[in-house]
Amino acid sequence: MLAYIARRILSTIPVMLVVAFVVFSMLMLSPGDPAAVIAGDQATPEDVERIRAALGLDRPFLVQFVDFLWRLVNFDLGTSIFTNLPVTHMIAQRIEPTVSLMVLTILFSVAVAVPMGVVAAWKAGSWIDRAVMVFAVLGFSVPVFVIGYLLAYIFALELDWLPVQGYTPLSRGFWPFLENLILPTIALGSVYIALIARITRATMLEVLAQDYIRTAKAKGLGTRPILFLHALKNAAVPISTVVGIGIALLIGGAVVTESVFAIPGLGRLTVDAILRRDYPVIQGVVLLFSFVYVLVNLMIDLLYTVFDPRIRY
Amino acid sequence: MSPDTAVAAAAAQVEILAPERRRGRVRTFIRRHPAIAFGGCLLVLMALAAVFAPLLSSLDPQALAPARRVRHPSAEHWFGTDMLGRDVYTRVIYGTRVSLIVGFSVALLASLLGLAIGLVSGFIRILDGVIMRIMDGLMSIPPILLAIALMAATRGSVQNVIIAITIAEIPRVSRLVRSVVLSLREQPYVEAAIAAGTTTPRIIVRHILPNTLAPLTVQATYICASAMITEAILSFIGAGTPPIIPSWGNIMAEGRALWQVAPYIVFFPALFLSLTVLSVNLLGDGLRDALDPRLAKRI
Repeated sequence: MLAYIARRILSTIPVMLVVAFVVFSMLMLSPGDPAAVIAGDQATPEDVERIRAALGLDRPFLVQFVDFLWRLVNFDLGTSIFTNLPVTHMIAQRIEPTVSLMVLTILFSVAVAVPMGVVAAWKAGSWIDRAVMVFAVLGFSVPVFVIGYLLAYIFALELDWLPVQGYTPLSRGFWPFLENLILPTIALGSVYIALIARITRATMLEVLAQDYIRTAKAKGLGTRPILFLHALKNAAVPISTVVGIGIALLIGGAVVTESVFAIPGLGRLTVDAILRRDYPVIQGVVLLFSFVYVLVNLMIDLLYTVFDPRIRY
Repeated sequence: MSPDTAVAAAAAQVEILAPERRRGRVRTFIRRHPAIAFGGCLLVLMALAAVFAPLLSSLDPQALAPARRVRHPSAEHWFGTDMLGRDVYTRVIYGTRVSLIVGFSVALLASLLGLAIGLVSGFIRILDGVIMRIMDGLMSIPPILLAIALMAATRGSVQNVIIAITIAEIPRVSRLVRSVVLSLREQPYVEAAIAAGTTTPRIIVRHILPNTLAPLTVQATYICASAMITEAILSFIGAGTPPIIPSWGNIMAEGRALWQVAPYIVFFPALFLSLTVLSVNLLGDGLRDALDPRLAKRI
């Protein structure tokens, strides 16, 4: 068991190396002179040279990559071309809103989507089931910023129940903090809810057809304990896998949601960095998000043994 | 009745029945596959709008008219005008082109490249480990962020948007193809073909490719839908289609500053984008149900 955990943790190292290599080499693979591309169309030759030196682009490729890895190991993501601040510093300043938004979205989505999927599977073929499936298709089709604007228009502009935009740190009180995040959470959660509800329904349909569910019914157990204790526990592995994989969707969606609701998080930082062509910042944010994504999925993998004691490594 | 007249009568009957039977067939198809029928029709309408954009609006999508800035929707300007006085309806119709071109190109390119990589990975065992580790790494970068980073490293153009989104979508396709290849290789008829001395290229063409086609087609429609959303997101945050070309993401990005006073500038492209993605997704769901009844029952 311990050996498995150690092996599983070690197996993420090559994945992370590939991530680092891809993110690092993208600039080199792009056609043309990367320093000139970053400098933009209005740059003088001096600007281009300054950026080339700042990024170390004048050295051999492998030397650059080893240097890049060494800095990564030391938690150094380089320096912003625009502000001259360390990228780690800029990320630290912007991380709270993004983490808050994502954690709230994950909690909210799982709390809504799992019961939706369970009920849809239990009442398979009924109008509830059909409503859940229609919602799932719509959730996949309506992009996150469309839902964001729609919610902001209805609940903030027309009804005036919630603030239109902005962010309040948690240190200024829980309600002001939550008030600003309700609409972004629902907007960002829509795709995620659709995804989780769909997989919950599918796995529950399979589990509910098993013999032990019939046994549980035969011995007179109520519907709720059967659904939520016996069945859901056995559907937990595929559901948690999708919860983990779906975080990639959330990360992409967070960048847009923060733009729609003017939340000063990592998404805003990325968008500002794109407009300023501040490549080290973009690189840093992509690396950070990818590593978090790999780590979350590693933890979910290790959690399988909790949901299903039959899984022994 | 002589044989001749019988044949003639039968032929006449067929002629009478033919159109009716055809209509019946269409109706049966719609009843059996409502998702394909609805999604397909909507998509054809969008494609027609894209092709005949100049006929649907006599205005130039780029024509500036400072005197008519931010007009609300009216008989003259169906979807209103934006902050530069450009007609939003015309821009939205022309925007259909970008979305459809990006969606279809990415679906086609990602499917072909993913198919090639998946076949190599499934057949050449020495390369499998290396290829799959690279794909694992690519899949660990959230697709939209990968596309953003790629776009930041190049200049904004429709062509680069297509390349960036394709690179982000390839790993999923190649994994799918590889898993199909690996399971097919275990099938008795493939083993028999190998034992009979059939060459590998022939096995791929005769036995493997036909079996990957159905899952690949379904996957391609989902890629098309997600590519359209990614293009809109990239353009919306300023990392996609250059502002000179009207795309739905660009129109929404430009309307963003004004959306509290003129929400229609954001809502019309948003509505078109959602409808188009919905039609592609419905088509994908319908195709999946039609091509793989076993899967349809499960999901």
